[in-house]
Amino acid sequence: MNRPKVYKTEAIVLQHMILGEADRIVTLYTPDLGKIRAVAKGIRRPSSKMVGHLEVLSHTSLLIARGRNLDIITQAHLINPFTKLRDDLSILSRGCYLAELVNDFTPDEEGNLVVYNLLINTMGWLQESSDSEILLRYFETHLLSELGYRPHVQTCVTCQRSLSPQDHNFSLRDGGVLCPSCSHGLKDLERISLTALKVLRYLLDNSYPQCLRLRVENTVSEELDRLMARYIRYHLDGEVRSAGFLKRLDSWKSKEHQRLRKSLEGVF
Amino acid sequence: MTTRDFFPGAEPVSNLIEALHKLPGIGPKSAQRLTYHLIRSQADEARALAEAVLAVKERIQFCSECQNITETNPCALCSDPSRDRSILCIVEEPLDALAMERTRSFKGLYHVLHGAINPMNNIGPENLKFTELLNRLDKNQVREVILATNPNMEGNATALYLHKILEPRDIRVTRLATGLPMGGDLEYADELTLARAFEGRRDMS
Repeated sequence: MNRPKVYKTEAIVLQHMILGEADRIVTLYTPDLGKIRAVAKGIRRPSSKMVGHLEVLSHTSLLIARGRNLDIITQAHLINPFTKLRDDLSILSRGCYLAELVNDFTPDEEGNLVVYNLLINTMGWLQESSDSEILLRYFETHLLSELGYRPHVQTCVTCQRSLSPQDHNFSLRDGGVLCPSCSHGLKDLERISLTALKVLRYLLDNSYPQCLRLRVENTVSEELDRLMARYIRYHLDGEVRSAGFLKRLDSWKSKEHQRLRKSLEGVF
Repeated sequence: MTTRDFFPGAEPVSNLIEALHKLPGIGPKSAQRLTYHLIRSQADEARALAEAVLAVKERIQFCSECQNITETNPCALCSDPSRDRSILCIVEEPLDALAMERTRSFKGLYHVLHGAINPMNNIGPENLKFTELLNRLDKNQVREVILATNPNMEGNATALYLHKILEPRDIRVTRLATGLPMGGDLEYADELTLARAFEGRRDMS
């Protein structure tokens, strides 16, 4: 897309990369231009006028000058710092996961207002949410749908016949559920239970406030987590690093807990 | 096309260019310029550089106490009897400890983590010097831990995690103040910094 020499936009900061002595390359998700990268000059000096306005996972308003190679951010003003996202490590890591998914899945410079709003709304909901697992699944399914990877869950993805109410197979390659006769002898299949299938359908067709009413058992929630993670990995052809971090975070918590209990036992 | 193609019969030159090119921030042109500078310079100057590079790799190690880079183990700071051993300042990188030292207002000891927790790059506590920190706290009487990680997303994540694991211990955990920088401009401060500056305001005295 052809941009004017100097343009204004709002954006969510997805990622930072150090550049040179005191600069950063910032990856931004904007409503009209989609994912763009721009240089924030001098931002690593504490006296920079932009410092604090361009933190990862903040909603900010920008003035950007078109550069020869990379664009240059000339002004930045924070709109919403999402303070509550930063107060808790597990919420923060989930926020990072949202940003990483958007960064990995969206093409450069292709505006998508639905994705933009989905990201900004989900960051807001994440600050308030008590069940972030459903929220993450909601985000994944809607992001994938918007970008053309909507899981096909109403009928069999191959023969289009309606699915009988039982456990089925999900084909990562075809991006949908297969009926028993179509799934015979195929590879890259994941089991999907009937309950998980129903939850997935509900997530795809409803708004988040409606999805909040879902009460999902732990086993089903874990099943969907696993299925979506594999589906995402299949399409990205790589790991989502913050997803790996989230998994490890939970295991450290229990390990650290044990360690602390042991060290206390030594004292008393 | 590699740099080797330019210098048939002058292999040492190509080798040096390629070695310099591997350094961060050095492009092919800078590597060539540096190489020609070294070719023209005095032999003892070049030798001094080569020896300095080797010395860094051969003589520098991590201090077994604070994990800072040092030539002697324990490092000069950790073996200095005048330092207050009951206060630990936790920093991300050796350069951060150096910056704190320049203030000359901190009399305690450091602990260098060699990085920060970063969910986006899947860098967690086990990739950093956390175990060493916990062992150190087990061994020594520490009454205060100062979290001096950077005030950005990664540094904050690290501080949150540290706070969690230090909470059950009978240790005061503090975080460096965030607020307005010297020579800064109120008008350009972000809300988060301003709010924190308000919370941390102090009496004029």
